[in-house]
Amino acid sequence: MTPDELSAQLHELQPRLVRFARMQLRDDSAADDAVQEALLAALENARSFDGAAAAATWVFAILKNKLIDEFRRRSRNPVVDVDAEVALGEQLDEQFDARGHWLTPPSAWSDPGASLEQKRFWEVFEVCISGLPERPARVFGMRELLGMETEEICKELGISTSNCWVLLHRARLGLRDCLSRRWFGED
Amino acid sequence: MLSCKDATKLISQGLDRRLSLVERMGLHLHLLICHGCRATEKHLVFLHEAGAAWRQHHDLPSTLQGDSK
Repeated sequence: MTPDELSAQLHELQPRLVRFARMQLRDDSAADDAVQEALLAALENARSFDGAAAAATWVFAILKNKLIDEFRRRSRNPVVDVDAEVALGEQLDEQFDARGHWLTPPSAWSDPGASLEQKRFWEVFEVCISGLPERPARVFGMRELLGMETEEICKELGISTSNCWVLLHRARLGLRDCLSRRWFGED
Repeated sequence: MLSCKDATKLISQGLDRRLSLVERMGLHLHLLICHGCRATEKHLVFLHEAGAAWRQHHDLPSTLQGDSK
């Protein structure tokens, strides 16, 4: 591609890149910086792309690596929101009795597959992820939104595998509750 | 017998690693008698699949695994 063609293509891609980065980083200015860097890196390599699809895949891969760099940087000086994580843990524990059985067993969602087609569902989905404490939200995002393997996530964040599983378990149950309340209308 | 709380941990981990035979059998037996955990399993599988659908919704590349080097 010529630099001009690529630049038009990247311009179109930018809102999606920004949304993607903000969802992962929960810090808009750091997210915007990561997007800028990814775009610049793509422009420097304009000649190596055969077409728009190749450029988009490439620039998302670059952005993903920038986000992982940022996660790694942050995990060296972790800001763990202990209160929020304890609150999430307690909220989950309260669903079980002393023997670990459901106080009120969860019930099936009606036709969840149909929700995936609705724009409003994704807004609620993102609000629910953003409502989780930072670490569970990040591990969930890396696992389910970026599609990374658990081992890779633990390595990047410098946490143990069992810690990763605990965070994922809490994030998933927390997200399930949020979607049950805010989307699937149980209360 | 597994508690529901432990069953939810295994359901979650089953999405991230291959459970051992003993774990799978324990979970299977628990799910046979526990509708709350069966619902939970469906919920968590749905969340797992929703991640890929989220990328599609935002028109993101379906594979973000590619090495950018």
